[in-house]
Amino acid sequence: MKPASFSYHKPGSVSAALALLAQFGEEGKIIAGGQSLVPSMNFRLARPETLIDINHIAEIQGVSDQGDHLEIGAVTRHATFHHPVSPCPLGRMLTKVVANIAHYPIRQRGTFGGSLSHADPASEWCLVAVTMGAEMEIHGPAGARRVPAAQFFRGTFTTAVGRDELLARIRLPKLPEGWGTGFYEFSRRKGDFALAMALAALKVEGGTIRAARLGLGAVGAHPQRLEALEAELTGQPATPQTFAAIGARAQTMVTPSGDIHGSAEYRRELAATVIARALTRAAEDAA
Amino acid sequence: MTENAPNLIGQSVARIEDPELLTGKGTFAADFNRAGQIHMRVLRSPVAFGRLGGIDTAEARALPGVIAVWTAEDIADLPQIDFRMTKVQGLGPYRQWCLARDYVRYVGDPIAVVFAETAFLAEDACDLIFPEIGELDPQLDPLDDPSPYMPETMPGVLSEPAVLRKGSGDVEAVFAHAAEVVELELSVGRHSGIPLETRGALGVYDRDSDTITMYGAAKVPHYNRGAIADMLRLPVERVHLSEGHVGGGFGPRGELYPEDVLVCYACRRLGRPVKWIEDRREHFLSTNHSRDQHYRLKAAIDERGVIQALDAEFFTDQGAYVRTHGATVSDLAAALLPGPYLIPAYRVAGHIRLTNKTPCGTYRAPGRYESSFARERLIDAIAARKGLDPFEIRARNLIPEDRIPFDRGIDALGTHVVYDSGKYHDLLARLRAALDWDALSARVAARRAEGERIGLGIGYFVEKSGLGPDDKVRLHFYPDGLICIVTGVANIGQGVETAMAQICGGTLGLPMAGISILHGQTRLIDEGRGAFATRVTVMTGSAVKLASEALLDQALDLAAGRFGLPREELRYRAGRIWHEGGASVTLCELAAEYGGEDGLVAEGIFRSDHMTYPYGIHFAQVKLDPGTGGVQIERYMVAFDVGRAINPMLVEGQITGAVAQGIGGALYEEFVYDAAGQPLVTSFADYLMPTAMEIPPIETLIREDAPSPLNPLGVKGAGEGGITAAGAAIASAVEDAIGRPGVVDRLPLTPERVAGWLRG
Repeated sequence: MKPASFSYHKPGSVSAALALLAQFGEEGKIIAGGQSLVPSMNFRLARPETLIDINHIAEIQGVSDQGDHLEIGAVTRHATFHHPVSPCPLGRMLTKVVANIAHYPIRQRGTFGGSLSHADPASEWCLVAVTMGAEMEIHGPAGARRVPAAQFFRGTFTTAVGRDELLARIRLPKLPEGWGTGFYEFSRRKGDFALAMALAALKVEGGTIRAARLGLGAVGAHPQRLEALEAELTGQPATPQTFAAIGARAQTMVTPSGDIHGSAEYRRELAATVIARALTRAAEDAA
Repeated sequence: MTENAPNLIGQSVARIEDPELLTGKGTFAADFNRAGQIHMRVLRSPVAFGRLGGIDTAEARALPGVIAVWTAEDIADLPQIDFRMTKVQGLGPYRQWCLARDYVRYVGDPIAVVFAETAFLAEDACDLIFPEIGELDPQLDPLDDPSPYMPETMPGVLSEPAVLRKGSGDVEAVFAHAAEVVELELSVGRHSGIPLETRGALGVYDRDSDTITMYGAAKVPHYNRGAIADMLRLPVERVHLSEGHVGGGFGPRGELYPEDVLVCYACRRLGRPVKWIEDRREHFLSTNHSRDQHYRLKAAIDERGVIQALDAEFFTDQGAYVRTHGATVSDLAAALLPGPYLIPAYRVAGHIRLTNKTPCGTYRAPGRYESSFARERLIDAIAARKGLDPFEIRARNLIPEDRIPFDRGIDALGTHVVYDSGKYHDLLARLRAALDWDALSARVAARRAEGERIGLGIGYFVEKSGLGPDDKVRLHFYPDGLICIVTGVANIGQGVETAMAQICGGTLGLPMAGISILHGQTRLIDEGRGAFATRVTVMTGSAVKLASEALLDQALDLAAGRFGLPREELRYRAGRIWHEGGASVTLCELAAEYGGEDGLVAEGIFRSDHMTYPYGIHFAQVKLDPGTGGVQIERYMVAFDVGRAINPMLVEGQITGAVAQGIGGALYEEFVYDAAGQPLVTSFADYLMPTAMEIPPIETLIREDAPSPLNPLGVKGAGEGGITAAGAAIASAVEDAIGRPGVVDRLPLTPERVAGWLRG
């Protein structure tokens, strides 16, 4: 578990990082928090010849409130969200979610952009990005481009970021005041990869759901937003019966794969549970 | 002769080991370094079973910085690794070589070894070794018929090295007239003790004295010293093992593995210090796995639910080879399966089966964690059949106090199984009272009525401890009052130094501050049995007591001579011997006057042919999540009679740590293989040891109601009882919560399995 040899570069700007990517081509690999990359290098599953370390690029650090959205620099650490980065429902929701990401030391080092770029199916931030309709700012040789989350995730560990590109910032649209949010994740132990997880946001008036956002993660190649179920929820009473029914519907819409921690069939059942529980929490939060 | 001094024995004093460890001054295997050292790396088989052909090492040898690359041919003079303790015959052919010959038998089987200037280079070189392996269909299920072990080179040798048979009473006759028969089939998954410190060693060769020293030893340094010397064909004085701090033992750590031998062999042959530190992936592939047993139980019961006969068969998946433990796990499972129950007729056949998986050895409560799970599931099944509560069914079957000492009429580890002391019914009643069982049951019923899935379960166990045959310590008393105890025992984190210092200080009426314990150094004492099988406090502790008494004896003789007074008129208290007439002398003065450079020296040798048998009960209260199958342990208690607790805090620590491991095996930990024999669990991302988040507060009920008559302290070992019935109690509680008797038939209780049982 010692990595194969590699060269190391520490650019100070996005443009310098892009120049290094251009220089090293296929052999160059971006490293941010390294919480996934370093273990796979130690197992020699990944053998990059060149590491381009973006941890020191000031322009892609931190969170800024842009009025209708939050702009999150790619190397913002998970731990940044331990306390709400904004008093709005979105800021509070990110704080609920972050507690489920791995363990405290990992959250000090792992980054928001690294998590999205790595695109693990069980990544909480990927679920947030998809469900909340995030927009990714990707820089490359031809300049910057913006890609909506719906088109960003292409499959397990696969995104729209090209080999010569770098994810620089993420824009997360805020939720209006009055929305409630709920997150529920099931894992074997606290901090393990999720076997299933769901994120819900609800606007509830007089016990009736007026608008909904719903996403499901860890039960497919990448997280998915369940827009059909969002439409079904709208106009329904915010009751356990509604949430259970939506959960039952959700499990028909996923095609999980099994592993040693749970078969595909079991994960499908978990999908119903996590959807119903995330919705329940969102409704409680809205109340 | 002696008067009572404040007795350290029985006090929860702080561990004397801790200051060094807590201030970062510990010296673990990886902390040993020598100038000029080189690094060893093992190339391991990527396939589960295959015929080993040529191995192309040319590219690896050519890599700058590589010193040597060896395959089996290069170490043809090294024999197979022998057994440390087994009396079972016929296991010899199944011993592992240091590097695979002819066949590879598991993913992780060492094929070649590289020595290089850095650990990184050594790993690079392993990538450049190309073995030819003709893959064969692996045997993965121990229940399948035995298959050829190494078909071409060892024709006729099958993958069932032995079947252990034990029994007493006429089982056939009882079954012929049985009122009822209860049958169960149960299994315990493959998991193991996982020390946070991986294995490691530094071998240093001294050319002038032709002596090898291996740093990083653990558990059984003296035995391993002898075994390595034998394998290297050296006189035993030419090999020394030195123990530093050890980051967890639990059974696997400290056994003799191929890498230990290779490090010692290589440092002499290459003439440079050789360092090897196991990485975590290697650890999961190569260090002993354990458990992995399948039971078929058949009990004849009478109309009251009392077992009249038990007919048992089990299969141990021992993995690819028979390692140092020989038949220990199966032997102990077979011997202690009947546990605390009378069971007048008993018969067992324990099949040791080899498969193409990592070899297995012992893990804390080997054979008892598994057999207690199986037995207690059986007891629960009988209770369900008879409509009895878990306390009543056990009370009806327990061995009554007037039958103890109880001779089971069978052997374990070559000793006769005689339960030395015990008040089994009394402990059961005490646990019931401590739990306020009736009120607890009522609360659970109320919560169930509200829709919660709550369950209660208990598991009763009998442990064994204090394996002989003997233990020796040497005690030095110096003129400045310092005491040094030299022992061949090992400290694997259990608090040996503290307990031994307490026994010495308690016996002599002296404070612990001046007492130090030197252990695990073959240079300092010529023999020692080590730390395993929960033997240290019983065996070494008794030897320390005898040595302390021998010192006192010697001092009294010296004082009598010095005073010219009869010895029996002398009195002793807290380091001073005096006579009513006014004569007085301290041990320090005697040491200055009569002791040489080594001070006053006394030896203590304790011998025992019988093990002692501590016993206890685990209790678990669980809550199930029907939406996920998740199990939450709401409450956990262990009632445990240890005969005598030298240090109750250490006993509690042993129980708590062991329960955590028991919960791991019950709910989380499992080595899983795919259909080709590839291990699917090779990192901590998939091997799920419970963390502080998963472990509830552990309540303990430590009792000293049945001291052992077999040693001068009355102690029984406390190292393993905290794990023994954990799987049993949790399974029982989970089944109670599910509400369908008989469904919980295997460990671990993964959420998917629990969800399946809940669904019905």
